[in-house]
Amino acid sequence: MNGGSILDVRDIAKDFTLHAQGGTRLAVFAGVGFTLAPGDCLALSGPSGIGKSTLMRMIYGNFRCPSGEILVRHGGEPIDIASAHPHRILDIRRATMGYVSQFLRVIPRVATIDVVMEPALAQGIAVAEARARAEVLLAQLRIPESLWGLSPVTFSGGEQQRVNLARGFAARYPLMLLDEPTASLDSDNRETVIDMIRAARDHGTAIIGIFHDADARANVCNRDFNLSAYAVKAA
Amino acid sequence: MNAFSDAKPLLRANGITKVFGHITGCDDVSLDLYAGEVLGIVGESGSGKSTLLRCLSAAMTPDTGTVSYTLRHGETKDVHAMGDAERRMLMRTDWAFVHQNPRDGLRMHVSAGGNVGERLMAVGERHYGDIRAAAGDWLDKVEIAENRIDDLPVTFSGGMQQRLQIARNLVTRPRLAFMDEPTGGLDVSVQARLLDLLRGLVSDLGLAAIVVTHDLAVARHLSHRLMVMKQGRVVETGLTDQVLDDPQHPYSQLLVSSILRA
Amino acid sequence: MSAQPGGYNFAYLDEQTKRMIRRAILKAVAVPGYQVPFASREMPMPYGWGTGGVQVTAAIITRTDVLKVIDQGSDDTTNAVSIRKFFARTADVATTERTTEASIIQTRHRIPESPLRRDQIMVYQVPIPEPLRFLEPRETETRRMHALEEYGLMHVKLYEDIARHGHIATTYAYPVKVNGRYVTDPSPTPKFDNPKMDNCPALQLFGAGREKRIYAIPPYTRVESLDFEDHPFEVQSWEESCALCGAGDTFLDEVITDDRGGRMFVCSDSDYCRERRDAGHTGVQSPEAAE
Repeated sequence: MNGGSILDVRDIAKDFTLHAQGGTRLAVFAGVGFTLAPGDCLALSGPSGIGKSTLMRMIYGNFRCPSGEILVRHGGEPIDIASAHPHRILDIRRATMGYVSQFLRVIPRVATIDVVMEPALAQGIAVAEARARAEVLLAQLRIPESLWGLSPVTFSGGEQQRVNLARGFAARYPLMLLDEPTASLDSDNRETVIDMIRAARDHGTAIIGIFHDADARANVCNRDFNLSAYAVKAA
Repeated sequence: MNAFSDAKPLLRANGITKVFGHITGCDDVSLDLYAGEVLGIVGESGSGKSTLLRCLSAAMTPDTGTVSYTLRHGETKDVHAMGDAERRMLMRTDWAFVHQNPRDGLRMHVSAGGNVGERLMAVGERHYGDIRAAAGDWLDKVEIAENRIDDLPVTFSGGMQQRLQIARNLVTRPRLAFMDEPTGGLDVSVQARLLDLLRGLVSDLGLAAIVVTHDLAVARHLSHRLMVMKQGRVVETGLTDQVLDDPQHPYSQLLVSSILRA
Repeated sequence: MSAQPGGYNFAYLDEQTKRMIRRAILKAVAVPGYQVPFASREMPMPYGWGTGGVQVTAAIITRTDVLKVIDQGSDDTTNAVSIRKFFARTADVATTERTTEASIIQTRHRIPESPLRRDQIMVYQVPIPEPLRFLEPRETETRRMHALEEYGLMHVKLYEDIARHGHIATTYAYPVKVNGRYVTDPSPTPKFDNPKMDNCPALQLFGAGREKRIYAIPPYTRVESLDFEDHPFEVQSWEESCALCGAGDTFLDEVITDDRGGRMFVCSDSDYCRERRDAGHTGVQSPEAAE
C-alpha cells in the first residue's frame, strides 16, 4: 500500500449464492480496484443495481469479499478488511472508517441525542464534548431541540436520515463512506449536508460517496469511479 | 467506552468437543473473544449452543479441547485445569452467568438486597451499610425500585427476577458474562427493555459477553460478532451485521430469511 | 486394668474405640474448627442426650481426673446427674461440682463463668455440628463450602437478620470463625459465652454423637463471632443482677417463683453463684432476706 493512501482496493470481485433458491449464483462485479488519499472525495457512479452500495458495504466489512484485498490504513498499518479478524474490523469501524447508510437502523427506546453521540463516545470523546458536537450537528440539520430527547422511530424518513448523518459526522474518521447522503432531503438540508461533506474533505477526510444527485456530486467530489466497466453481465 | 485493544484475547477456546453417547453436543469448536466484545451464538434447538456455553463457562468439562482465560493481572490459565477454589472464585468475581430461568440464578427466599450483596460478602465485604448501599445502587441500575430491596424474589415478576439476576451477577464488575437465552420466556415489551438494559450495561462496564440465543433479533441487538451453529458444528462466524446481511452458508441464509420483517 | 462393675472396660468404651476417638481428636486439634467424622458408638443413652460428649470424655478420661458435668449451667439437672453417675460407675473417677477443682468439664448449653485454666479440658455436647446446615441442606455442598472457605452464605443470613429485624437475631449457637479459617458451630451455648471461647487456656473438644463428628479448638486459639463492621457482635445483658449473689456480669436465668407473676433472676452457673455467696456476696433475694 502506498504511503499516502488511506484505502487501497485491489482486484476485488463479488457474487451472491442463494442456497435457498436452488443455489442461484448472482455475479455482481469483478476486477475492481482503486486507491484513495486523504482529501479525496470519490463518487461511485453507474446505473441503479450495478453494485455501488454492494461495493461500499464490502469496504465497510458488512458484505464479504471473496477475492482480492481491501486495505485500510489503520493505526499506521494496512489492514485487509477481506481477511481481517472481526475484532480488528470492529476497531477500524470505531476509529478509522465511518459509514452513513441509506437507512437509520432505529432502536425504539434510544433518544436521538444518544444515537448521535454514541460513535463519538466509542472513540473515547468525553460525554460533554460528544454531546456538544451532537447538539451542533442536530441544530445544523434543523432537527428541533424538542425532538432530541425522543427516539427517532416516529420521525419522517427525511428526519431519520438527518439523524443518521449527524451520527455519521459526530465522530471524526479519516475515511467516510456515504450512501446517498442527500436523498430524501429538501434543498436547504441538502445544502447543509454538502457543506458538511466539503468541510470534512477539506480537513483531510477521504470520502467515498454514492450520489443520485448530479449536482451534489459535482459540488463535493473531485474523483469519479464508474462501476459499469466492472459489472459482470448476466449469463 | 469501548476500546478494542490489540491485547491478547480474554477468552480462547480450542477444539471444544463434547459428546453424549452417540449424540454430538458440540464438535471441534474454536473461538476468540476480546475484552468489550459481545459474541452471539445462534442456532436452533439441538444445535449445541447451550452445551458449548456450559463448556466455555466451566459448568461442564469438554471431552477434548481447552478453554483459556486471561486473568486481571494478565496471566492466561486453562479454565478446566485450574483448581476448584480458583475456578469458583473466578466464577464469583470475574465472571457472570445469566440463566434463562432467573430462578436458577437467584436465591428465591433471600431478599433482593441479600441476593445482590451475596457476591460482595463472598469476597470479604463486611460493612452492612456499604453492602446495602451497593445493592441499592445496582437495583437502581437494573431499574428495580429501591423500596423492593427487602422483598423476596418470589414476589417479583419474571422480568424483574431476570433483572435482579443480572444485578446479582454484575455487582463484582465481572469482565466476562455468559448468558443463556437471557430474554427467553419474557413478554416482548419486557424483552426489549431488558435488551436495552443489557446493551447499556455492556457498554458502560466494558463487559465482554457470550450470549446464546435462538432469536436473531436478540443477537442483532446485543452482539458485535455472531456464530451460527448447526448440529454441534459452527457453520458460519463473523461480524453480526455481516452474517445477517450477507450470510454465506445455506443454513445461515435459511435462518436469516426466516426472520419475519415488520 | 482392674475389674470394673458389670465387666465393663474403664469408662465403658473398649480400648480400640478409645484409640479411634483419640485419633479423631488429634486430627480435630490439628485442624481447629474442622469437623472430623468418627465412628460414633451405641451408648447406653439415646441420641440427643449427649452421646457425643460422653464418647469424647470416655476417650480422654484417666483415673486421676476430676469430672464436672453441667447442663444449662447446673450440676443437678437429670442429664448432668446421669452422666456424672455414669462415669463414677464405669471409671470410678472423682467428680465435683466445683469448676475450679475439675480437670474435665462436660457441658450442655453453657460455659462456666469461672475462667478456665491450661490444665482443664472442656467437652461440649453438640446436636448439629454443621453451622451451614439450615441454609444449605446438602452435605456435599457444605463440605465443599468448608473446603473452599466459601462462607458468603453465612453472612447473607446475618444480613437478612439485620434487614428483617434491624439487628442480628441469632442468640445461641452463634457461628464463629476458628483460627481465621473454619466457620464453626459453638454448640447451643448462648452467644453470651462466645467470648469465653476466644484465646481460652483450656482445650475445647466438641462431640456430636448422632451426626458422628468431632471438632476441637486448641488452647489460645482465636475465635471470632461473625458480624458486620457496622453491626458488631454483642453479648446479651440484663438490667437485673443475680438475686442470690448480686453478680452483674453473669448469664442470668429467669425463675418464676409463684403464680402471681413473681420472678427472680439468678446466675445460670450454679457453682459460680455458690462460690460468690460463700465469699460473702449477696443479692436482693438472698435466702437470709427471704426468710
